[in-house]
Amino acid sequence: MSSAVKESRSDKLFLICNYIYLTVALVIVLYPLLYIISASISDPKYVSSGEMWLLPKGITFEGYARVFENTNIWIGYKNTIIYTVVGTIINLMVTLPAAYALSRSDFVGRGFFMAMFMVTMFFGGGLVPSYLLVKDLGMVNSMWALILPGAASIWNIIVCRTFFQSTIPKELQEAAHIDGCTNTRLFVKIVLPLSMPIIAVMALFYGVGHWNSYFSAMIYLNDSSKYPLQLFLRQILVLQEMAAQGGGAIDTSSATAMNTKAEIAALVKYAVIIVATLPVIAVYPFLQRYFVQGVMIGSVKG
Amino acid sequence: MQPDGKHTLSQNLSVYTNPGSKKNKLWRRMIRNWELYLFIAPAFLYFLIFHYGPMYGIQIAFKNFIPTLGVTGSPWVGFDHFIRFFNSYYFWDLLWNTLSISLYELAIGFPLPIILALAFNEVKDSFFKRTVQTVTYAPHFISVVVMSGMIITFLSPSSGMIVNLVEAFGFQAPQFLTDPAWFKTVYVLSGVWQSAGWGTIIYLAALSGVDPQLHEAAVVDGASRFKRILHINIPAIIPTITILLILNMGSILGVGFEKILLLQNPLNMGSSDVISTFVYRSGLVDAQYSFSTAVGLFNSVVNAILLITVNQIARRTSENSLW
Repeated sequence: MSSAVKESRSDKLFLICNYIYLTVALVIVLYPLLYIISASISDPKYVSSGEMWLLPKGITFEGYARVFENTNIWIGYKNTIIYTVVGTIINLMVTLPAAYALSRSDFVGRGFFMAMFMVTMFFGGGLVPSYLLVKDLGMVNSMWALILPGAASIWNIIVCRTFFQSTIPKELQEAAHIDGCTNTRLFVKIVLPLSMPIIAVMALFYGVGHWNSYFSAMIYLNDSSKYPLQLFLRQILVLQEMAAQGGGAIDTSSATAMNTKAEIAALVKYAVIIVATLPVIAVYPFLQRYFVQGVMIGSVKG
Repeated sequence: MQPDGKHTLSQNLSVYTNPGSKKNKLWRRMIRNWELYLFIAPAFLYFLIFHYGPMYGIQIAFKNFIPTLGVTGSPWVGFDHFIRFFNSYYFWDLLWNTLSISLYELAIGFPLPIILALAFNEVKDSFFKRTVQTVTYAPHFISVVVMSGMIITFLSPSSGMIVNLVEAFGFQAPQFLTDPAWFKTVYVLSGVWQSAGWGTIIYLAALSGVDPQLHEAAVVDGASRFKRILHINIPAIIPTITILLILNMGSILGVGFEKILLLQNPLNMGSSDVISTFVYRSGLVDAQYSFSTAVGLFNSVVNAILLITVNQIARRTSENSLW
């Protein structure tokens, strides 16, 4: 598109509008994110009265202090890290070999497997039969209920398969076969090292999925020492239970005390949003260049 | 996807050395690649157990499920649960809420990523482009729980940021989360905020495949930027748009219920209760296993029919379809 032709006036006008449009989009998305960061370290009375608009006002770290004092947050963090690491490893161990097999044109039966997997994209048993199955398998109240029912995603398998098809040269495979290389060696020693971008993308997608999931934990876990972070977040952010349990320091029952208590609860909410989301937001820019590449390769021919 | 023209060298050789039957060749290909079956085994077992297993369990929709008798042993009741659902007073409300939220979401959430992607594609300044992209992708990584928490906090009637903002402009802020009239808008717009940026990726991928020569030729012919978008870029992404539209139509009754469940409260229930939240409540909260499975089955069947119908229409009217 780098043509030497000069932009006409209407084109310039169009470009200006385009920049304005994208800037507006940028501000709309960015503002709430910056607001939360600022609100988490501002004096809650400025936040609730609407005096804090963008930059933090009356800086305090009270909210973070309370979040880190809360033992549930630590339990949740620990559990979530375990579930995310174990879950992601299992996801990769199921997805990558299957996608590789499906990428091979000399793999007899790939049409059958592909069709069998694809059907599940459009039709499923539904909530109750899935729940009963997990229960019958004896996985209720164990971490396996959160990990095994989501061990692979058909969408990710397709993305990986397309990646293998379009980036691993067939000649390499043939040469390896002629040299007497087995499929396993070929996959482990040649294909996987060449596929780091897609492995990184898959680890990110699956990892974020585990980090953010709450629903299966909500229905399958009843022992709160096994709760992931998101379930504790639900109690604080959605069920608003922090107000009841978080204000131990205030024991008078006057109206101002109630007010302070509510303000501190609000402060804790902003802080907890940051604490829970930061790990994901922090890794993603590093992997961004991979995932754009990976998703693009996967989707163009998907 | 595409069948490849060339066979492997060893296969070509075998044709000359051993002109055996086709079946024989197939067997030898299978045996030579026996490891690939090991590769696919975990995924095969996973889909068999965790996706086809629950499909077997669907039969309880036509039974009175009694836990001690199990799925197979429970007595058949035919379509009783379906009839009870269709005759219930909440049936039309549930259907209306589910449909209207889906269509509302489709009307606003579907075109926006397309427009955004077309806009991204016109930007040459790569720093600006990358900044906007990085920022607009970011909300995609926020969990539903945090997202719902943000919505509740921002819309809090006493101190929420959006409420403060509305009042700063001199308006009276509505009761966003307790007024049924506002629920759908809150749901849809927050969804757009979270996923419009991410949704551009797939369109950008399609746009990156546009031949630059087309643009050069159009420029020579005096086409403006706007005209080139209209006549080159949009036609280039039509196949992608069609596929995504079909997929979206297929889940029109499958409104993503995690966020609804979190934002639901007794006051907005009138417009926030959808089939999937109802399935959750009646099935797992009230333990009406069979009834809830029947409602869920009704939902999946309608979705599957919609998907097949829309796909069929797309196949007849254009070249693009899922299958």
